[in-house]
Amino acid sequence: MTTAIEIRNINKQFVLRHTRSLKEALVWLLRGRKGDLVKKFHALRDLSIDVEHGETVALLGLNGSGKSTLLKHISGVMRPDSGTVRTGGKVAGLIEVGAGFHPDLSGRDNVFLNGAILGMTEEQIKEKFDSIVEFAEIGEFIDTEVKFYSSGMYLRLAFSVAVHTDPDVFLVDEILAVGDEPFQKKCLAKIKELAEAGKTLIVVSHDLDLVSHVCERGVLLEHGRVVMDGPVDDVISRLRNR
Amino acid sequence: MTNGRTSPTHQDAARVLVTPGTGNGLADVFRSRFLLKLLVRKELRIRYRGSVLGLLWTYVKPGVQFVAFYIALGVFLGLEQSPTNRGGLPNYAVYLFSGIILVNFFTESLSTATRSIVNNSGLINKIYLPRELFPVSSVWVSAVHFFPQLFVLVVACVFTGWRPGPLEAVTAVAGFLIIALLATGLGLFFGAVNVYFRDSENLVDLILLIATWIAPVLYSWRMVQDKAGEFWFSVYQLNPLAVAVEAFHHAFWLPTTAGAEGSPPNLLTVWIPVGLIVSLAILILGQWTFRRLEGRFAQEL
Repeated sequence: MTTAIEIRNINKQFVLRHTRSLKEALVWLLRGRKGDLVKKFHALRDLSIDVEHGETVALLGLNGSGKSTLLKHISGVMRPDSGTVRTGGKVAGLIEVGAGFHPDLSGRDNVFLNGAILGMTEEQIKEKFDSIVEFAEIGEFIDTEVKFYSSGMYLRLAFSVAVHTDPDVFLVDEILAVGDEPFQKKCLAKIKELAEAGKTLIVVSHDLDLVSHVCERGVLLEHGRVVMDGPVDDVISRLRNR
Repeated sequence: MTNGRTSPTHQDAARVLVTPGTGNGLADVFRSRFLLKLLVRKELRIRYRGSVLGLLWTYVKPGVQFVAFYIALGVFLGLEQSPTNRGGLPNYAVYLFSGIILVNFFTESLSTATRSIVNNSGLINKIYLPRELFPVSSVWVSAVHFFPQLFVLVVACVFTGWRPGPLEAVTAVAGFLIIALLATGLGLFFGAVNVYFRDSENLVDLILLIATWIAPVLYSWRMVQDKAGEFWFSVYQLNPLAVAVEAFHHAFWLPTTAGAEGSPPNLLTVWIPVGLIVSLAILILGQWTFRRLEGRFAQEL
């Protein structure tokens, strides 16, 4: 077993700035820094967690408990104020399906752009292109501009690119509910297949039934702290009984 | 649970733990040049979407600007040399156009690079990728718009008797490089600051407003030297924009004239190297500032 993610005592405070203008900041400085220019919000507090390669972990908790912030720290989008985050292997985020998709580009162009954004090389995209299109069930529309797609087609294509990025660690944030029922089932099957292939999964979702299908380990967050870490069913029943 | 099915390369990579979200700045941009290429292509495709003239706008805009300046300054204010106006500049049209396209390259680069981070907040918020990609691709897109104009300039020069030598070619490349480095450096700086203070955009607009006037685009460098004296002229020459424009004049305009006008003293030996160094220093400063600020981009956007 090797470590996929090692998080040690991270803290994150968000600064809720009231102003974005230089003038107001200057006036505030000249007046002797009276009053609060900023408000602080503690998103993660002294949080530590280890994930081994091959584990499937569900991050659970109410809105605002720090789940998505934690995912952003793992992906490197955010950096902690203190503490360390270290990851092993290639980490890819399905944090938002279709980030970087542009409506005025064709499906084909978007596959290349989005694939490259998610860290794929030119060869990898070319090699997997047919498989991506087939999984998305887009067919002949691949050369149509994405703005003419139905929302279902759009999400299917985006999801398909994301699952074909082949990272070691998958970060999944509330995206399993894409498309119609048959496609949802297909997505779920694909995610399970990845887990069985030894990929590490970190899933954030409010769909507790789904999470209990996909994940084995559950981590419950509350106000930026880990309050429970154990088998996913135990953690879910605790979350339901509060 | 076992890792037995993952490939050996994955396992080797997995043993090394790295801190996510820390990159090597511009070096990473070079490493992700495939993505850079796609971002540039995307920008070029969507810039003029839904417009009839499309990419032709990149010719129309400088063309109209050129005609307006040429008539107002060359004809009305008498900067163009003619049989009745001996004091003017010979081939003023070439003089003007070679400066205008270079300054336009600078203004377009800097303006789009400054807004590039905020405009791509959707991506920066969600996925980690070298964020320097956005300002760099802005400059690249502007360069793609610049080269057709350069081609027009070269054609015009050939018609007015331009016979370039290797030294002229090197000077032109140096002028282009000075602007590209300067625009990238300032773009990184103001693009990063813009995330925190949107005043940055307005400050940049102000710089762009005077960009044409603080370089000898419309007037001759001799006028500056005559009015300001040697010392202040040297200060003027510290502006990389001025040196780059003079380099372009040296490369494209001077060979079409009898050479009586000449370039500023020590342009090739002192000022172009100085311009390159100043631009490089600004690029380093821009990169440094960018890296100091980028850690909090995701939460500020």
